Amino acid sequence: MAYSQKLMDHFTNPRNAGEMPDAHAVGEEGNLKCGDVMRVFIKVEDDRLSDVTFQTYGCMAAIAASDMVCEIAKGKTLDEAMRMTPKDVINELGEMPPIKFHCSILGTQALQAAIKEYRKKQ
Amino acid sequence: MRKTIYLDNGATTMLDPKVVEAMRPCFTEQYGNASSTHEYGRDAKDLLERSRGTIAKTINASPDEILFTSGGTESNNLAIKGVAYANQKKGKHLITTKVEHKCVMESCRWLESQGFKVTYLDVDSEGFVSPEALERAITKETVLFSVIHGNNEIGTIQDLAALGMVCKKHNVLFHTDACQSYTKTALDVKKQHLDLVTLNAHKLHGPKGVGALYVRRGVAISPWQHGGGHEKGNRGGTENIPGIVGFAVAAKLAMDEKHRKQMTKLRDKLIDNVLKIPGVTLNGPRGERRLCNNANFSFAGVEGEAIGGLLDAKGVCSSTGSACSAHSLEPSYVLLAIGLTHEQANGSLRLTLSRFTTEEEIDSTVKVLPEIVEKLRRISPFGKLIDKVLSKV
Repeated sequence: MAYSQKLMDHFTNPRNAGEMPDAHAVGEEGNLKCGDVMRVFIKVEDDRLSDVTFQTYGCMAAIAASDMVCEIAKGKTLDEAMRMTPKDVINELGEMPPIKFHCSILGTQALQAAIKEYRKKQ
Repeated sequence: MRKTIYLDNGATTMLDPKVVEAMRPCFTEQYGNASSTHEYGRDAKDLLERSRGTIAKTINASPDEILFTSGGTESNNLAIKGVAYANQKKGKHLITTKVEHKCVMESCRWLESQGFKVTYLDVDSEGFVSPEALERAITKETVLFSVIHGNNEIGTIQDLAALGMVCKKHNVLFHTDACQSYTKTALDVKKQHLDLVTLNAHKLHGPKGVGALYVRRGVAISPWQHGGGHEKGNRGGTENIPGIVGFAVAAKLAMDEKHRKQMTKLRDKLIDNVLKIPGVTLNGPRGERRLCNNANFSFAGVEGEAIGGLLDAKGVCSSTGSACSAHSLEPSYVLLAIGLTHEQANGSLRLTLSRFTTEEEIDSTVKVLPEIVEKLRRISPFGKLIDKVLSKV
């Protein structure tokens, strides 16, 4: 299977996994039928993402991509994070089968859904 | 170095060193072409025919009813398309089931594109086809019923004798794909009323690239690989003597009853212990009607490929019917056919043993699996939900 070592590392040892009880907003994407559901929790300070965590039901690529989304997003301003694309995630993770690209799409969508929710609340 | 625990014997197996030894001279000394008339050719022909005899004996057939192929996929293609084309005058209807191997499904789908009609029978929640359903599906046009003997995913062993009786009664040819079941449960072409049987070598510690098709004397098939009249004109191509010799030796070694008993014991220990993990169910039947080396589970709230990935990181090889297995985004149609939801099918994990699997290996697997499931459930957005549901049970 064509998974990079980096992807395998983020899958076996995710740095940002877990619910965030005091999150400022939560975004969710995916459905059970396709086999991936991602939830991204964000905390915002001075218009920047001060903390980002995830919960994911899905395959190796989905879990690794979720972790990478959090990793990349942390420290970014909300505008910068809204400009993130799945390509940023794939570039960071390295090789994965093309059929798995949708995992990184879901991850960025979940993050951006969380930001939209945060902005709505403000 | 960490020792790998290989529990994916349903995919393929390690060659038995005895098989490798038996094959070795066929590469360097007895390398003749069985069609040649000189000494080397005669030696090769002798090896070929002795191997044919060995395979025939294991299923209570005659040597002239065995033809060698490149493996299970070719044998299934040849059986299904070969019978369909050779019996067109009688009719163009075939019957199979919804839990077949991909190569049977695809052969049938192709026949449909060529103007044949195929009925795909439903199975029950354990994967069994009912003889009554088969009988209802048979028409005057029906030429063949093809069913997988031991299911490659969920281990269900069909009652061939009962299904064969129905076929016999209605004069329909009966084919079974026995790739997973061969040597693991009784296979007797006479008692089970079989007309065609697919066999292969690499699931029973033999080499890849070799298989056989039993074709009962008098049953007409159209060849698919045309050539120099090999295998009585049914399959052109120089015979793969090293592979065939390895196949016969592997089959003989695998027939030993003690291997079945050992695998059954370890399989049940594995199943009993994995079922202790909260939120897990077994797919397929229990006991005698399940392949002695197959276990297949669904874990609530987690994805099978991810479980497999973490098992792999711990040195355990497994497989999954999840949508996320690298080739497709659809979960296993076999798991859906027994009534599983997409979520349950996506949470599936298959562990398949061999006669080389040890009790220590099962113990280690059973030890790491709960931690892995727990870890993934903590990551999963459904983790809490599962805890809640399970605490109510």
